[in-house]
Amino acid sequence: MSEQGARKTFVVTRFDPDKDEVPKTQTYEIPVQSDWKVLDALNYIKDEVDPTLSHRWSCRMAVCGSCGMMVNGEPKLTCKVSLAEYGDTVEVAPLSNFPVVRDLVVELDGFMDRFQAVKPWIIRAKEKAVEEGTHRQSPKELADFKQFSMCINCMLCYAACPVVGNDPHFLGPAAVALGHRYNMDSRDEGASERNQVLLKEGGVFSCSYANECSEVCPKSVDPAAAIQQGKALSLVDWAKGLVLPRGGGE
Amino acid sequence: MEVIQHDVVVVGGGAAGIRAAIAAIEEAPNITVGMVSKVYPMRSHTVSAEGGAAAIARADDSLEMHGYDTVKGSDFLGDQHVIEYFVEEAPKELTLLEHWGCPWSRNEDGSVATRAFGGMTTKRTWYAADKVGFHMLHSLFQHSMQFDRIVRYDERFVTRLLVDDGSVRGVVALDIRSGELQIILGRAVILATGGAGKCFPFTTNGNIKTGDGMALAYRAGVGLKDMEFVQYHPTGLPGTGILITEATRGEGGHLKNSEGERFLVQYDYGVGNKAELGPRDMISRAIIQEFEAGRGIQGPYGQFVYLDLTHLGEAKLMERLPFVLELARTYIGVDPVTQPIPIRPVVHYMMGGVDTNIDGATDLPGLYAAGEVACVGLNGANRLGSNSLTECLVFGARSGRCAVAYARGSSAGDEAALRRQAEEEGARIDALRGKQKGGEKLAQVRREMQDAMEDGCGVYREQASMDAACRTLAQLKGRYADLVLQDQSKVFNTELITALELGAMLDVAEAVAVSAAQRQESRGAHTRKDFTTRDDQNWLHHTMCFFDPAGPRIDRKPVKLGHWEPEERKY
Repeated sequence: MSEQGARKTFVVTRFDPDKDEVPKTQTYEIPVQSDWKVLDALNYIKDEVDPTLSHRWSCRMAVCGSCGMMVNGEPKLTCKVSLAEYGDTVEVAPLSNFPVVRDLVVELDGFMDRFQAVKPWIIRAKEKAVEEGTHRQSPKELADFKQFSMCINCMLCYAACPVVGNDPHFLGPAAVALGHRYNMDSRDEGASERNQVLLKEGGVFSCSYANECSEVCPKSVDPAAAIQQGKALSLVDWAKGLVLPRGGGE
Repeated sequence: MEVIQHDVVVVGGGAAGIRAAIAAIEEAPNITVGMVSKVYPMRSHTVSAEGGAAAIARADDSLEMHGYDTVKGSDFLGDQHVIEYFVEEAPKELTLLEHWGCPWSRNEDGSVATRAFGGMTTKRTWYAADKVGFHMLHSLFQHSMQFDRIVRYDERFVTRLLVDDGSVRGVVALDIRSGELQIILGRAVILATGGAGKCFPFTTNGNIKTGDGMALAYRAGVGLKDMEFVQYHPTGLPGTGILITEATRGEGGHLKNSEGERFLVQYDYGVGNKAELGPRDMISRAIIQEFEAGRGIQGPYGQFVYLDLTHLGEAKLMERLPFVLELARTYIGVDPVTQPIPIRPVVHYMMGGVDTNIDGATDLPGLYAAGEVACVGLNGANRLGSNSLTECLVFGARSGRCAVAYARGSSAGDEAALRRQAEEEGARIDALRGKQKGGEKLAQVRREMQDAMEDGCGVYREQASMDAACRTLAQLKGRYADLVLQDQSKVFNTELITALELGAMLDVAEAVAVSAAQRQESRGAHTRKDFTTRDDQNWLHHTMCFFDPAGPRIDRKPVKLGHWEPEERKY
């Protein structure tokens, strides 16, 4: 599907900690095809023009979550967004609000820690034995949490969130949504344990409800809704004297 | 060089690797497992599986039926004791995953829903809409996070197995972020690195599927088994190769040619009289037949046929196949609610892999393998759709338990000797990083390898084209030694990783081509124009391919038959 002579210019952020004090940009003008995604252009640059460019990618079908970057200043899954949506010049930079390892590669350690902190696993007083078979879960009970289980951990919501940028303690949209996902699962009994994290400093009450997370989410997970539901549910519990809304009361 | 010690080292963080790691720590209360992955585990290619995972769940089903379907699907090259164990364990493993939070789709009464799949005589494929691999991987990974005794080494690329006194003692891993090598010792090592679809130009596989684990074992002297059997999935998007799940046919989708005809009806491949529910090898061949008869539709990326879902209705598509809607709309600009989806056969899965027994054990003491990287003998010449996700769980778990049992009785090995091996490996990596002397471009060598594989080892094969692929691959291995690289930086040097991956792929691709060129019959996915029928007299055995500096050496291994007698494979 190549159009004769179609070309675009890519202004790509480069940073090599071995050589550079601060990030710089490098410009590549390359031939493009009308059906390309932004990622196809980066792969063309990597293969044919400049093999020193570093970026992460794998599935190229918007499910592995590796290839999130800032495209013209907005967080995008580069395998999902078409080049046709952009003009002759496209700026590609690493995701905002993350430390940069190199070029378009950001550090995930802090994200992974937050992720683990919300205890994203089924917690039960007594584990069900395999011999007892599966839990019964109605389609309605499944629907209560399904949307929040769709997160691919692409971290676009962290790059978009104004609180993540300013508050190093904030769990962030994806981690809160994930904790909420397990709280809402009919098979789970761990909400009180999980809420020790979700309701303390850096949890749901740190959200300023800018809604940026849900707007940039490529999978329609709607983390902002998870946060609002979490707040609402916790206030019900608070009214019942079960938990404190702040301060992580034991 | 940093030295790290665990009892068991798992290489790979997809479904098989995580399941193996969990099984290992559950088996023994005091051990630790190092889980080493070249990507963060949730990026593993398990994530891209769509349609489902097989295990009997309904009153109209039985172990006998699942077993027979699998044996027949394998064109009788599956090892029947492995298949019997698999079908028995399958429901337990999928139930366990349900307990661990996997959001399986449900029937109205709250039981787990199952759907039809190709080559399966009844509905036994458990599903979570059409993102089953994604949900299984995330459920497994999230479940694993509660165990401190699983220690993750994310974004570490394993470049070599450490072998001392005839046993595997650990691995050398390149920390991609720092560029430094680490020695990660373990009394047993489990390979769970997945397949090698990127040896081909047109594949459903993600960029990370480069046969790394197959090459690690092969170079250490372990045989690769049944490598000629490469599964072409019938329904990939032209151009990108993105998978459109078989669940589209399970839910009632039709394949149509340029004349609007359901061309599969004539073959009667279907189970239960559903023409589209034949096994993948046969449907891929039927599509190529349509192309050759001039009933394909010509597109910018060659011929295609249509996958028509328009009669299923938007509500059903939204409920059962929402990812298919998203993929078709995003990647080919087609809305399946109102338009048929262009599709063509695409490389999807390697039936072959590292030769293991039913425990996942290889012939190299201490080395185990599970999942797509392995060939345990489940899939034979053709895997049935939805058996592979279950395979990752069943044999991941078993290899984890067996690796622990082995590790208990083994010694740590001579650390000085292992360190010397790691230092040799360090010198090799240093020589490759940013290698200036040479004239070959990495992307060019990779492209030529992929083209050779497509030409030689496609849906239909013949002697001359397979032999040509073997010759080309041998030449490309020579040219690989003459690569010129540009990136000399240590930090996140993806050019170096890509070069290491290409080295692995060249070994694996050659094993595929050489294994294919010697099998003079048609069986399962290995279909020859010059030997058109199955020949049980001469070829009812596994192919073994061993590394030799002079070129791959071929041997054979008996198939374990059982109570299912080989018969003509008719649907």
